[in-house]
Amino acid sequence: MNKAEVSDNNASFTPDEVMRYSRHMIMDQVGPIGQRKLKDAKVLIVGAGGLGSPVATYLALGGVGTVGVVDFDVVDLSNLQRQILHRTEDVGKPKIESAKESLLSYNPNIEVRTFEEPLVSDNAFRILEDFDIVVNGADNFATRYLVCDAAFLAGKTVVDGSVLLFDGQATVYKPGSGCYRCLYPAPPPPGLVPSCAEAGVLGAMTGLVGSVQATEVFKEILGIGENLIGRLILIDSLNMEFRMMKIKRDPKCPLCGDNPTIKELIDYDQFCGTPPVTALDAQS
Amino acid sequence: MTVTVKMAAVIQKLTDNQKEFTADGNDIYNLILNIENRYPGFQSQILTESEEVHQFLNIYVNDEDIRFLAGLQTIINAGDTVSFLPALAGGQ
Repeated sequence: MNKAEVSDNNASFTPDEVMRYSRHMIMDQVGPIGQRKLKDAKVLIVGAGGLGSPVATYLALGGVGTVGVVDFDVVDLSNLQRQILHRTEDVGKPKIESAKESLLSYNPNIEVRTFEEPLVSDNAFRILEDFDIVVNGADNFATRYLVCDAAFLAGKTVVDGSVLLFDGQATVYKPGSGCYRCLYPAPPPPGLVPSCAEAGVLGAMTGLVGSVQATEVFKEILGIGENLIGRLILIDSLNMEFRMMKIKRDPKCPLCGDNPTIKELIDYDQFCGTPPVTALDAQS
Repeated sequence: MTVTVKMAAVIQKLTDNQKEFTADGNDIYNLILNIENRYPGFQSQILTESEEVHQFLNIYVNDEDIRFLAGLQTIINAGDTVSFLPALAGGQ
C-alpha cells in the first residue's frame, strides 16, 4: 500500500490518530479499514478490577472507540497490587471515576461510558444494549452467570476470563456456540471455591489473562484469526504452562440447548446461594 | 492404566497440595476411587451423594470434557492426562 492510499483510507482519522495507531495500521490484518472498525466498536467491560484494568487499558490504547465500564466499588489500597487503572491517590474514589480518568489520559480520542451500579437482572439489558461485545471480569459467580445469560439473550459475544492464585482461564462465547452454562452448569456452593480476596491472586496473572481477553476482543472486532470459541485456555503460571481444553455446546443446556428453559433473566443471588451484592456491601 | 492427574490450584488442598501426580484406573470412576485411597475425602468433594460429578467441576481426559464422552465410565489409557477443573470466579 502506498502513501496516497493510506492517506485516502485515513480520511476519518486525524494526523495524530494516524501516528498513534500506526503500529496497527501498517499491519495487513488491521490497516486503516480495521482501525476504523476498532473506532466504531463499542465494548462493555464488567468490572474495573484485576481483569477489567488491562482489558480496558489495551482497548483504549488500541483505539476501540467506545469503552464501557460497569463497577460500583471504590478503590481500595489492596486493589493496587494488580488493578492498573487505579493509583494510590485514587484510594477511596469510585473505580469508574479513576478508570475513566486513566483511560482518557491514555487516549483522549475515545469515549468512555461508565455505569456506577452493580450489574443485576433489572439493569443488565439496559446496560448491555448499546455494546457489541461484553468482557467478563466479574469477581463472583452470580454476576458471571448473569453476564452469560444476558449476553446470550441479547445476542452478544462474551469474552470471558477468570483468575485465582496462580491459575487463569479465558474463552469466548458466541450465541449458538456454547455458553458459560455449557461449561459449568451450576455454580459451586458458597464458600467452596474461594475468591481472590479470600485465596489471593498473583497480580501479574490478571495482566496475563486480561491481555488474552483484550487480544480476543481485537480479533473479534477485526474478524481475524482463530478465536477462543469452543476452546478454554488454561494458564498455570507456576509452571508457565498453557493448555487448551475443548468446550462444546451442550444440547441439554438450559440457556442455549435444544429445549431451553431460561428465557429471561433470573435471580442470580438465589441461583448461586449468595447474598445480594449492594453498593453498601462494597464500601464496607 | 497409569495416567497423569492434574489438579487446578484451587482444589489442590484435596490432594495434599499435589498439583500433579500419577494414579491408576481403567475409567474415570475407578481413577477417582484410586485417588480417594491416597487422599481420603477426595471422592466426596468431586462426586455428589448420587455419584455424579459436581456441576461446577469439569473432568477432562486430555482436552475432552468427560460429560461429552462417557461420563464417569469414560475409559482412560496409559499416558492420558486427567485434569480436574472447577469454575473460577476471580476477576478483581
